[in-house]
Amino acid sequence: MMSCRHATEMMSQGQDRRLSFGERVSLRVHLMICVGCRNTLNHFRFLRDAISSHPWKL
Amino acid sequence: MNPLNAEEVQSSLGQIRPRLLGFARLQLRSAAAAEDAVQDTLLAALEGASGFTGASSFQTWVFSILKNKIVDEIRRSSRTKADVDSESALDAAVSDLFDDRDHWAEIPSAWGDPHASLEQKRFWEVMDACLTNLPASPARAFMMREFLGLETTEICKELSISTTNCWVLLHRARIGLRECLDLRWFGGRAK
Repeated sequence: MMSCRHATEMMSQGQDRRLSFGERVSLRVHLMICVGCRNTLNHFRFLRDAISSHPWKL
Repeated sequence: MNPLNAEEVQSSLGQIRPRLLGFARLQLRSAAAAEDAVQDTLLAALEGASGFTGASSFQTWVFSILKNKIVDEIRRSSRTKADVDSESALDAAVSDLFDDRDHWAEIPSAWGDPHASLEQKRFWEVMDACLTNLPASPARAFMMREFLGLETTEICKELSISTTNCWVLLHRARIGLRECLDLRWFGGRAK
């Protein structure tokens, strides 16, 4: 079973590269049972949206 | 379309100067170095402005000049002891979030409707404080990725680091920002 720490690394990398099939499957299984990581994934997605609407942005 | 005239170039540069300065300060961690990088950028922008017809493509181009100046400056300057200390502090803070089996020591809560915060001026002050609190390297990698929209391969090349190191920096930046926003903005609201 994937650890939460490793899951956060996969979620972060998932924003920067295409995860392999195996990585996606293990992450999905982990997310099904871990609410802390599901919340963190939403937070990471929010960070991306937030910076793209940063007031400095053109 | 006609090329931008001198007046349009001036007003366009005047308009983005504060944003250039904010970005440069965050990336370079020194008001004086940021001021220099922005001055150089504005001079280069004045010289090259004649090829542009639209203000928005011109401004994007100006940001890319600034990015190159910042990368040059980062390469020239070496990491200070303060940088190294602040990076170890973030490493330790990230490790503290997890128990000895690498599961959450304290489970992160949901943030409700975080997008509503984007409209609030105070949210951006907290966000900028959180970005400034990050150590320089993760903050740089994160802003190049999210603000300038560069791919990790480009960021690694610009900052002369390995791809793995780049992913580590981005992960720490995201975890660090998540914690900071949770603590200073969303904490208590979402519960």
